[in-house]
Amino acid sequence: MYVGLLQIYFIVPWLASCFRHSGARVVVSARTYADFTPQATFDIKKCDLHKLEEGPPLQAVLSREEGLQYYRTMQTMRRMELKADQLYKQKIIRGFCHLYDGQEACAVGIEAGINLSDHLITAYRAHGYTLTRGGTVREIMAELTGRRGGIAKGKGGSMHMYTKHFYGGNGIVGAQVPLGAGVALACKYLGKNELCVCLYGDGAANQGQIFETYNMASLWKLPCIFICENNKYGMGTSVERAAASTDYYKRGDFIPGLRVDGMDVLCVREATKLAAEHCRSGKGPILMELQTYRYHGHSMSDPGVSYRTRDEIQEVRSKSDPISMLKDRMLSNNMASVEELKEIDVEVRKEIEDAAQFATTDPEPPLDDLCNHIFYNDPPMEVRGTNPWTKLKSVS
Amino acid sequence: MASLRCFLRSGKNAVSAGLRREFHRTPPAAVQVTVRDALNQAMDEELERDERVFLLGEEVAQYDGAYKISRGLWKKYGDKRIIDTPITEMGFAGIAVGAAMAGLRPICEFMTFNFSMQAIDQVINSAAKTYYMSAGLQPIPIVFRGPNGASAGVAAQHSQCFAAWYSHCPGLKVVSPWSAEDSKGLLKSAIRDDNPVVFLENELMYGVPFEMSEEAQSKDFIIPIGKAKLERQGNHVTLVSHSRMVSLCLDAAAVLAKEGIECEVINMRTIRPLDAEAIETSIMKTNHLITVEGGWPQFGVGAEILARIMEGPAFNYLDAPAVRVTGVDIPMPYAKILEDNSIPQIKDIIFSVKKTLNV
Repeated sequence: MYVGLLQIYFIVPWLASCFRHSGARVVVSARTYADFTPQATFDIKKCDLHKLEEGPPLQAVLSREEGLQYYRTMQTMRRMELKADQLYKQKIIRGFCHLYDGQEACAVGIEAGINLSDHLITAYRAHGYTLTRGGTVREIMAELTGRRGGIAKGKGGSMHMYTKHFYGGNGIVGAQVPLGAGVALACKYLGKNELCVCLYGDGAANQGQIFETYNMASLWKLPCIFICENNKYGMGTSVERAAASTDYYKRGDFIPGLRVDGMDVLCVREATKLAAEHCRSGKGPILMELQTYRYHGHSMSDPGVSYRTRDEIQEVRSKSDPISMLKDRMLSNNMASVEELKEIDVEVRKEIEDAAQFATTDPEPPLDDLCNHIFYNDPPMEVRGTNPWTKLKSVS
Repeated sequence: MASLRCFLRSGKNAVSAGLRREFHRTPPAAVQVTVRDALNQAMDEELERDERVFLLGEEVAQYDGAYKISRGLWKKYGDKRIIDTPITEMGFAGIAVGAAMAGLRPICEFMTFNFSMQAIDQVINSAAKTYYMSAGLQPIPIVFRGPNGASAGVAAQHSQCFAAWYSHCPGLKVVSPWSAEDSKGLLKSAIRDDNPVVFLENELMYGVPFEMSEEAQSKDFIIPIGKAKLERQGNHVTLVSHSRMVSLCLDAAAVLAKEGIECEVINMRTIRPLDAEAIETSIMKTNHLITVEGGWPQFGVGAEILARIMEGPAFNYLDAPAVRVTGVDIPMPYAKILEDNSIPQIKDIIFSVKKTLNV
């Protein structure tokens, strides 16, 4: 009995890691995987509902594979943002930089509930979504450092990153919401059974254009999932000071809504699945409020401690961190080993280091790219430079 | 009166052809078409040609359009393609831009461009700049259209000209047709263009008939964006204008011709990109320039043209400083006598020509 335990908890994983480090395809003894639980069911928090008969299920099934994937993605997101923090402090990243650490469960959970063929748009806290929507860490970081290898060739910066079916990255608070409904209109028009996830924050939730959008999306039954990422602060203003009603999931009025624990990736996933089903069945828009938290200030210019206490931040970190929550769940249900997760951490760290290396050494965009990309599908044209004698070339 | 002049000016005078006794020839199949009908035809043809094109705006569907520009389209194409919106410009302009991002080709109508101010963030920050910010990943094929500038008796909040505001921004194309042919050809081009186009119509021109050539009646007739048109040849002074003011320039030219002053009238057709070459070529011939616009003078269309001429080769050909004829620098008043004196009249153009020519 004792020897058996020894094998399972020490020797076998050690053996497995030996195989991994040798670079060969991991050939683990059937015994190792047989020891991990392939899937488990977890209790998730009940969602508050608004004009909805039924909420998401109170339990979520997580497979080992899914768990490892969510863990890896969230960890990548976390480390990428922390690296960006470092580079910003070294002045290698300039301008605006709004970091997403703490909110990883939202981006990962949402993506787990939809398909890559669906569409998504968000505001400026967009690095996490750029990743889940298909961007690589390399091209995200190189965009932050303004290099030619950036996802927008260095011309967009932190707030303007785009990939297929991902429409940014938008700098004007609230403007992305009508845009998202427009994408949803196109989804309905083209009849491809796709939907659009349209994100905004608790600060943006008071914008007039959002209510205009709720109205039209509802009238025309657009397949749009409105998601309010409520991280309790709109810049330096707490939700109580900004909104007469902080029940953001109810503010769609005639639009059904649900309030979701945004720190639990499974809760977010199940809610998103429900919302997606609602849209795809032609019922029109639905609204999700994700209760989440950001560890950093609003942006890198905001220390984030003048309007909230360090204790508060620390409490969330210790009690509700999304990555820790997933890790604890997997470990306590024997779905992965500490070693295995540490291995992932090492790989992630390496990926981030490589990306940062690229982002700091890739050259800046060439000056002849300055005036390009004004118009699409147009013949080359001349653009006035800073003085009348300077005529610059612009191609599509 | 203006419509009669336009009719006569159109060259091939259908009335006189009928009175002349000659062998029966098939007359050129030109027809009289109002600007309204030309715009309607353009949209109809483009809606038919490309399934991704659709129209949205206030009253465009069941009401047939606030100014009846979209008459009959809803009946023909239905709810999916002709969409009535609530009175929420910022919202529906944003929705239109989002639809363009995801592969459709929207025509977003503003009941007048005054209301576009409510949505101007979507036009500039979401539509105009996105292709550049994404370094070519995200084009926005959209047309924003509607009446622009002064109307009749609608007072200050409904009479502003937005040509200068929109033309200030890179990433936008800004078009301002005058005639029926302009309207049809340019709107078709705008709809087929893969970039955001601001299409500035004029309410007072909607009912004006123009002769439309057989070529212009074809479903494939387009006028390229970015090229001005010479409406009248002359040797003494170049008048550059856009939209309704082109009519006034031609009227002024007719009066001046009687005194032996021949004006060359250029119809800009497009404000951005500006066809500076056409203007320069003309100045090299006439040596005098006057711009005529309905909008306010400060930082306006005329101001830009004059600055460009100063910076370009045509400066050396000017025999007198180039000047601008513009709307008066005030919010538009209501009373008719005040309103009439707030925008350029024919006499103002004539006066400016004579001052420039020193006669």
